[in-house]
Amino acid sequence: MLNRRKMLSHSAQVATLLAGVGLLPRGAQAAYNAPAFEIKTMAELAKSLGGGTPTESKDVALTGPDIAENGAVVPIGVSTTLPGVKKLLLLVEENPSVLSAMFDVTDAVDANFSTRVKMGQSSNVYAVALMADGKVLFAQKEVKVTLGGCGG
Amino acid sequence: MADPMRIRAQVAGDKATVRVLMSHEMETGLRKDAAGKAIPAWYIQEVSAKLNGKSVLTAEWGASVSKNPFLQFSVRGAKLGDKVAVTWKDNKGDTRTDEATVS
Repeated sequence: MLNRRKMLSHSAQVATLLAGVGLLPRGAQAAYNAPAFEIKTMAELAKSLGGGTPTESKDVALTGPDIAENGAVVPIGVSTTLPGVKKLLLLVEENPSVLSAMFDVTDAVDANFSTRVKMGQSSNVYAVALMADGKVLFAQKEVKVTLGGCGG
Repeated sequence: MADPMRIRAQVAGDKATVRVLMSHEMETGLRKDAAGKAIPAWYIQEVSAKLNGKSVLTAEWGASVSKNPFLQFSVRGAKLGDKVAVTWKDNKGDTRTDEATVS
């Protein structure tokens, strides 16, 4: 029979475990990294994925419209020409969950991905590259949204 | 079972450009229906791609990827006739794999 005290200590253990999962660099086969999608700022996100302080870089590129008429479908491309990139992340600053997509870069694919995201309001969008040596490089672009994509 | 994906893989030099259009609602869990009740989250969390059975790409997505997601990437060393398979898995555990031939 689980009493309240045991229950509390169990949840504390689970929380510790979860924190550990978020802090350790993960292999390509690991399970979905839900905590990363809860994080609110780029610096914290970089830290939780095992990287350093984010710095802006010309070698990371972000393509997207200056003005998006429909926030429900904003085409965004992230890419980098640098060798030794481990992950490419796509972030939308003003969204409820900052992290939109996280791509594991392998030798078999180019570090160049395009997708479409939802944006609730005008916001800075970031392309973040996590390098194998722990460096975190990013590019940013402001995308103005005339019609938000998260309403009913 | 969800609708099939539309996958196109085209050779460009020594790589192939793969374009994928998935069919998925991508509910964030933040929207409310007409009665004011929250619509539960339902979105793709994991996407992976294989070339001839060998894993080339894994990605993790949040709820902010658009409805009926589009994804484009390039696979190095893909040749005519190679098989590109794309798999997604959503937060309800539903999964789907579709395959296309590089042309």
